[in-house]
Amino acid sequence: MTARVGTTGLVFEEPPIWERSRPGRTGFSLPRRDVPEAALPPGLEGEAPDLPELTEADVVRHFTRLSQWNVSVDTTTYPLGSCTMKYNPRLHEAVVALEGLRAAHPLLPPALAQGPLRILWEAERFLAEITGMDAVSLQPAAGAQGELTGILVIRAFLARRGERRTKILVPDTAHGTNPASAALCGLRPVPVASGPDGVLEPAAVEAVMDEGVAGIMVTNPNTLGLFEENLKEVAEIVHAKGGLVYCDGANLNALMGVVRMGDLGVDAMHLNLHKTFSAPHGGGGPGSGPLCVRAPFEPFLPVPRIVERPDGSLDLDHGRPLSVGRVHAFYGNFGVIVRAWAYIRSMGAEGLRRASELAVLNANYVKERLKDVLHLPYDRPCLHECVFTDRNQTPRKVTALDMAKRLIDYGYHPPTIYFPLVVRGALMIEPTETESKADLDGLIEALRAIAAEAEAEPQVLHDAPVRAKRRRLDEAAAARSPCLTG
Amino acid sequence: MRYLPHTEAEIAEMLRVVGAERLEDLFAAVPAGCRLDRPLALPEPLSEPELLRHAAGLAGPAPAHRVFLGAGAYDHHVPAAIPPLFSRAEFLTAYTPYQPEVSQGTLQAIYEYQTLVSRLLGMEISNASVYDGASALAEALLLAIRVTRRHRVALSRAVHPAYRQVVRTYLEPGGYEIVELPWAADGRTDLSGLDAEEDLAAVAVQSPNFFGCIEDLEAACGATRARGGLAVVTFTEALAYGLLRSPGACGADLACGEGQSLGLPLSFGGPYLGIFTARQRFLRQMPGRLVGRTDDRDGRPGFVITLATREQHIRREKATSNICSNQNLCALTAAAYLALLGKTGIRELARLNRDKAEYLKAGLVRAGAEVPLAAPTFHEFVVHLPPGAPERLRDRGFVPGLPLGPLFPELEGAHLVCVTETKSREDLDAFLEEVGP
Amino acid sequence: MKTLDELILPHDLRYTRDHEWARVEGDLVRVGITDYAQDQLGDVVYVELPEAGQTFARGEAFGTVESVKAVSELYLPVGGEIVEVNTGLSDAPQLVNEKPYDRGWMVVVRPSDPAEIGGLLDVEAYREHLRGIE
Repeated sequence: MTARVGTTGLVFEEPPIWERSRPGRTGFSLPRRDVPEAALPPGLEGEAPDLPELTEADVVRHFTRLSQWNVSVDTTTYPLGSCTMKYNPRLHEAVVALEGLRAAHPLLPPALAQGPLRILWEAERFLAEITGMDAVSLQPAAGAQGELTGILVIRAFLARRGERRTKILVPDTAHGTNPASAALCGLRPVPVASGPDGVLEPAAVEAVMDEGVAGIMVTNPNTLGLFEENLKEVAEIVHAKGGLVYCDGANLNALMGVVRMGDLGVDAMHLNLHKTFSAPHGGGGPGSGPLCVRAPFEPFLPVPRIVERPDGSLDLDHGRPLSVGRVHAFYGNFGVIVRAWAYIRSMGAEGLRRASELAVLNANYVKERLKDVLHLPYDRPCLHECVFTDRNQTPRKVTALDMAKRLIDYGYHPPTIYFPLVVRGALMIEPTETESKADLDGLIEALRAIAAEAEAEPQVLHDAPVRAKRRRLDEAAAARSPCLTG
Repeated sequence: MRYLPHTEAEIAEMLRVVGAERLEDLFAAVPAGCRLDRPLALPEPLSEPELLRHAAGLAGPAPAHRVFLGAGAYDHHVPAAIPPLFSRAEFLTAYTPYQPEVSQGTLQAIYEYQTLVSRLLGMEISNASVYDGASALAEALLLAIRVTRRHRVALSRAVHPAYRQVVRTYLEPGGYEIVELPWAADGRTDLSGLDAEEDLAAVAVQSPNFFGCIEDLEAACGATRARGGLAVVTFTEALAYGLLRSPGACGADLACGEGQSLGLPLSFGGPYLGIFTARQRFLRQMPGRLVGRTDDRDGRPGFVITLATREQHIRREKATSNICSNQNLCALTAAAYLALLGKTGIRELARLNRDKAEYLKAGLVRAGAEVPLAAPTFHEFVVHLPPGAPERLRDRGFVPGLPLGPLFPELEGAHLVCVTETKSREDLDAFLEEVGP
Repeated sequence: MKTLDELILPHDLRYTRDHEWARVEGDLVRVGITDYAQDQLGDVVYVELPEAGQTFARGEAFGTVESVKAVSELYLPVGGEIVEVNTGLSDAPQLVNEKPYDRGWMVVVRPSDPAEIGGLLDVEAYREHLRGIE
């Protein structure tokens, strides 16, 4: 255990926050009461909610201690496949904290909200250029909602043409949100198997494409980290039968400035600003999942739309009779969009392209340096991520999960495991461009050491992690007798 | 570029390892016809000081206007202790806690959030949050449709108009029918139409409603359950339940709404916090992420994401929702905010909000304004200002509330005015002074 | 996970390709999931079963079994009426892992067409089927 990144310092136990409670304390500075009390009509007042009573210092210490039990991008390499855990610039936190943005009420008259509207407007233009699309809605609050909105737009477009199609094609490598979003829109997902190379084959699409199919949902690069090289042909097949092409843009980090989906026949796609455009993940959100579409679909985007008036001022247009409606109470996760806007303004065209090139270089470097110890099911150049399996380790009864947990002891966040579903025992590594060669070498050496341990002393892996705040948790017990509140 | 660590020498060495000559070669799998043959047309990159200056210029100074807007987004004081806690890197830059051993901080904090919002709303369980109040309501109605296997829901017209639009967007593709309940002369939902309704999956009312009126939740919930539907309570102002009887106490099956008031800045509409709480019996039908308590191998307590088989990454098209993320940082913020306020603080703060609104309301009536809806309100109310007053207020740097005409033609000329604890008596008196004698 | 040799596959049962087993008990058939199925699923945390009195066709989904990270539909090996369900699984779903052929059973069916039993796999055919999956 000598040369490892991870080491165990002082880690504090910390009970649930209510255990610190003492009656009579408060941590809030209440404004002076400068108006008289007004009686509340009888029957409306309830019992005071049973909230803990703490001082400000109690609360600050509590959450500070909790934070120290998390591993994060700022702590260590976080090669979580499909999640693009790149560095989140601190500058963006300063930008969203600007008082004119932070304190702007969403229903201010547009004349008083030109700054926030200008940022949204520019973000739409930038994302349209990056994807090769014509119009963007920033309203979807996350990728899954972007997808839902995209499918709703496609559905409304087809309905306008007088068509009611009931099926949608979803490749077997898709994120789980794809079929779930399609189902919410009343479409039945029809799976399409990818070919032996791990990419879609036009013949497989042709075989299931008919006039009852609304379209296809493609992730490009796909979840194996491979470019869907037949996408143009697939799009032609789908279009020929009147269907539309939706692209899950979760993996755009591989292709900024290199490929634009709009140029390949994609009709609509969503992006994940919290992945590709450096907004922090926040431990699971908030995200932002803008929907980008070609011009014919623009009238169907959610309302309100931001429009530029002849005098150059920006306004909100609610009068869009063909719109699918709203998916958010206001304009989406504005704070996340501001961070993405700041990222694009910092990087510029050249910087974005360079980021993608280095993301792809990093993934291929990891792939080449590990493929002699970890089984690589698709041995071909990858894009931003590479997928290994635990096949070399299964004879020793070591699983992807065991290796992932052992990596924690070496001071790294585990990769994504057991996804994509088409690869048995998958370990999916996405290094991102912000990891240096030295960081990657450390990760590679750790995984090689773990592969050696799997041979020599597999029990060490079954027991891992031993150096984290907690050892493996009993997820079966948690699910059998759920306890969600204290 | 300060975010890209590779030196030219390292790039050369790494290219050698992967067997490529130039970075371009890495994209060999991309057919030539698919590649972009020009640089992206984006503005020149800005340095850190340039970008800060540029953004500050766009953002403008702190709003000089005295803004009396609410309508689903509320200007409350954010305690100074909160932003530094949740800009801590370990919370800010972690992913979803799928690896619990290295995510106990996020997991315990979500568990605490679930507990505290359940207590606030008088409900039994909560999820880890959804996108916002509007989608929380839409998800609640979809849950009711799944559970009851009925295809019609009733929605009060006094629910926030944007929420009703989101509900329509979510329910329309399934072919579900939405019955709108009118509001009565006093501003509260008119429930009499329910007598004629059968087979409703749910009835949804908002309290305080869009007009600020406090609904008779007990009557609404009772009438709904009597018809075998689920009683859904939504809200845009969670702080009101520091004072008012909770949805749970009034018999709600689901209480789902917006938590922005609990420590989140206005931030031009997002990110906010979709609170989703329910009775225990709907546990397996809940959308979104849930965190539960368990033990580790050494018997020490810990927390994990649980019942994940409901979710899209496992059940795919049969999932309870397509949602994948939660508004995690916002949820953690709300937990800390509720903990700072505490049992007595939240009562006093909620009362202060109402009292200040009542002060302005009474003053406006004295000044000749008309309050058309008689039902008791929390910190927002509908008012017809005397002729000329809205223009005068605007000229003097006020945003005197939201004009209601575009949303409710029957309230043409009226404003929805909101007062929170951030308005001092001087602000209120200044408002009154512009209105009239 | 268990290798093929480690799996317990009783000789007196009939099997489906979806990994359910069927045991003929007089004119009734008891149904559960195989050792292979429970091993693949991992720790079972929840079993959703129909109510007695419901009828299903052969191969129709009659419930679901959930582990921590997977959910699987249960398909009825023979069509008929459910006459009994294993209510003990609601409190102790782990019985599916511990005793898949015994206390981990799921439902008892009164077959509408007893001839369907003959169409099920015997142990050798099922073992062969598993070999194909590996």
